[in-house]
Amino acid sequence: MLKVEQQQPVEFSSALKEKFDEIISRYPKGKHKSALLPMLHEVQAELGWLSSDAMDKVAAYLDIQNIEVYEVASFYSMYFLKPQGKYVLEVCRTGPCCLVGAEKLMNHIEQNLGVKEGEVTADGLFSWRGVECLAACGYGPVLQIGPEYTFYENLNEQKVDELIQDLRKK
Amino acid sequence: MARKLLLEHINVPGINTFDVYRQKGGYRAVEKALKTLTPDEVVEEVKKSGLRGRGGAGFPTGMKWSFLAKPEGVARYLVCNADESEPGTFKDRYLMTHIPHALIEGMIVSSFALGANTSYIYVRGEMMPQIRILEKAIAEAKNAGFLGKNILGTGYDLELYVQPGGGAYICGEETALLESLEGKRGNPRIKPPFPAIAGLYGCPTVVNNVESIAATVPIINDGGDEYAKIGIGRSTGTKLISASGNLVRPGVYEIDLGLPVEEFIYSDEYCGGIANGKRLKATVAGGSSVPILPANLTLKLANGEPRLMSYESLSDGGFATGSMMGSGGFIAFDEDQCIVRNTWNFSRFYHHESCGQCSPCREGTGWMEKVLHRIEYGHGKMSDIDLLVDVSKKIEGNTICPLGDAAAWPVASAIRHFRDEFEWHVKEPIKCLDTNYGLANYAQPIAKAEVTTGN
Amino acid sequence: MSDKVKVTIDGITVEVAPGTTILNAARQIGGDIVPPAMCYYSKLEGSGGKCRTCIVKVSKGSEKDPRPMPKLVASCRTTVMDGMEVQNITSPEVIEARSGVVEMLLINHPLDCPVCDQAGECDLQNLGYEHGLQKTRYEFERRTFERIDIGDKIQLHMNRCILCYRCVFTADQITNKRVHGILNRGDHSEISTYIQTAVDNDFSGNVIDVCPVGALTDKTFRFKNRVWFTKPIDAHRDCPTCSGKVTLWYKGEDVLRVTARKDIYGEVEEFICNTCRFDKKKTADWVIEHPTHISDTSVIASNHYETLKPLPVIQNNPQLQQANKVELEKTTKF
Repeated sequence: MLKVEQQQPVEFSSALKEKFDEIISRYPKGKHKSALLPMLHEVQAELGWLSSDAMDKVAAYLDIQNIEVYEVASFYSMYFLKPQGKYVLEVCRTGPCCLVGAEKLMNHIEQNLGVKEGEVTADGLFSWRGVECLAACGYGPVLQIGPEYTFYENLNEQKVDELIQDLRKK
Repeated sequence: MARKLLLEHINVPGINTFDVYRQKGGYRAVEKALKTLTPDEVVEEVKKSGLRGRGGAGFPTGMKWSFLAKPEGVARYLVCNADESEPGTFKDRYLMTHIPHALIEGMIVSSFALGANTSYIYVRGEMMPQIRILEKAIAEAKNAGFLGKNILGTGYDLELYVQPGGGAYICGEETALLESLEGKRGNPRIKPPFPAIAGLYGCPTVVNNVESIAATVPIINDGGDEYAKIGIGRSTGTKLISASGNLVRPGVYEIDLGLPVEEFIYSDEYCGGIANGKRLKATVAGGSSVPILPANLTLKLANGEPRLMSYESLSDGGFATGSMMGSGGFIAFDEDQCIVRNTWNFSRFYHHESCGQCSPCREGTGWMEKVLHRIEYGHGKMSDIDLLVDVSKKIEGNTICPLGDAAAWPVASAIRHFRDEFEWHVKEPIKCLDTNYGLANYAQPIAKAEVTTGN
Repeated sequence: MSDKVKVTIDGITVEVAPGTTILNAARQIGGDIVPPAMCYYSKLEGSGGKCRTCIVKVSKGSEKDPRPMPKLVASCRTTVMDGMEVQNITSPEVIEARSGVVEMLLINHPLDCPVCDQAGECDLQNLGYEHGLQKTRYEFERRTFERIDIGDKIQLHMNRCILCYRCVFTADQITNKRVHGILNRGDHSEISTYIQTAVDNDFSGNVIDVCPVGALTDKTFRFKNRVWFTKPIDAHRDCPTCSGKVTLWYKGEDVLRVTARKDIYGEVEEFICNTCRFDKKKTADWVIEHPTHISDTSVIASNHYETLKPLPVIQNNPQLQQANKVELEKTTKF
């Protein structure tokens, strides 16, 4: 069973609802369920993660059953079903990146942040995790940070330290 | 210097904008197709070009297009597969980042050929920057009258949308992609029916890879026959190769199909050799799911002839001594790399990415990962090696979609060619934790007699 | 289009309507050549193709295109073509692949049959018996899931689930508001409601009947008795919600359980409502028809009065007749 984290009532902003309507308009009439994945990205970008309340509201907006949203949100790896750090460092952990040092880099991030994979730092700023191939194998090791999935290539320990430092200052 | 068809203007500043792309001859293919050709003539040119699907399967694109059902009054769809996730492959990201209009132009030409009035580009969600780039490019093209209603006054309408995925390798499988585009879990559909008959929203649909669609632009500009002159045999045209791993210059290269593998790895025009002065141990020639080959079999066929970068030559020798072109994800391993660890890593990938719908893949991928993990961390048994071969056989060919095969082949091929390294891991459980087996015999020229040419 | 197509399965030829699947054509022939099906369910649209136990070899595609199919195919989702030739139990390749599938289904199954209410009527138990290995080659901890409570009528044991999706199709098809589904991905996939919600709907109890294993069982029957000690009787009542045609499972005078009636492939004939299933457990609620037919090979057939007549071997052998005198007298009394 999925651990359902704390419930917080969610209200979608009118800007977000406008965005929803624009997304829905991309599909033929009656096929609006297609909007589900892009809408969940929008919600996550705004709220940081997908609470069950947020998912229920998305379901209501699309006039589909709640379970249809849970099924989708839990299938895809990009959707967070529990709160994360403000910045989630997602490091590619697949073969080609490991050939050029991704595993060492993940160990280093763990030490730098002082939290294990999937955990959030005490200040709520960071969490990190290994993710599967990000399709940038020639520029490894790589990591990305949501919600716009800014990409950092050809990393080493020093570059990651600087990146974390910059994000702390923001 | 080989001719570049897709990446000719890649270094022109501002080529990612409509204006510069247009100045460099962009959107000529749209003008030519819409104004001077019928949809069937466009299909015919693509057929003549011999273009084969660049996503991995290598199925002739023109033939795929000609299978599309055309019932009266039913919408048809073209969906571009930009869910690039095969480990070792990053050419589509490169193309979309640097020359997005090549894809948009290809989408217009291809949609016109197929009679689609709404088309989607399904981009993996992690490529949010590329999604933004494509959205901007679409807006520019629309602004210039190349998209929307009555394009260039020809009466042809096309709306083009970008759809983000949610993070799932399986959505690169075309029917899983369509499910995902319909807002569902990315479970591959059971075929038949094929998308050409019942695809997106139950309508006839063609799903093509980014590079395949972009390749229609030079095909229409220069003619299918001209395109077919490049390459070798049934491997026509140019191909984007993503080179990664321990190379001096990893990156995306456009090659004429038929280039010798040795030249691709060692020449200064391409990868420039193995990084840090090391020697080549093995390669995965077409993305993580194709069989791994030791260095000697990478460079030469079993009969001693040089191996070429083409669909036929890379698969020469079948699974006994060959591999596959796949998506063109070329990964090079130097002498310090551990094949067992890499096989475990790939296995973890497929375990993580299995959709869980059918039993052999759902259960088998996890089982293989656990056994490989055990061997890699010094707890393996000699019998584990045969167990892995057997489990991989139980998965291969028995699943709904090709992910089962993709999970089975790397394991089976690693054991086929590197069995001694697996055995060493079992025999040296302590040593294997911090040293590796090294190069052994893999880089030596192969003795002809020892190799069987199987199928 | 011609009205019938000819297909040959394990050497037996049958004529079926176009569009029939290999599995259904085999069911028209009947007997041992029928491939086992763990996920396909003829009454559930879209079911099938997932478990891979029904895979067969198509050695000849059709009269028009006689090439064999390159891979084994799921017989439940492959339609027959005129002149098609199929091998099921006559193909060693099929038998090997099928036992591979069974092994996969069992590696993470808890094998808790001694405490499972499905034991005795479990498709996986039968399949494992027919195709399984005596010893598992899987040496890792079996996968477990946290328990979730889906209400007071239905018991969910996720650890036993083989992810056939039948219950999800059932909920989609015969209820108007599905609250449970498949969550997560790969081997972490599970049936769940996400937020603990009762699966509660007039027809929700049917998910119990369609479940091929002990993942969804009747909570009101939980640990009441082993199914092979209960005696099934067909009965009906005038029900405003469903057909009211059921099977009552008796132990002595008591109705311990009510299920829908099932055919020889274990498929429900007509779905029944929750009132019939959970609330009508007195003989007085029902019009009794006759003992349910139970296959001789089922453990439920033991002590079942429909099959109390002595085995042929006893009927023809005076020595055995003497030895079973008491039993024989009982049958004549009936």
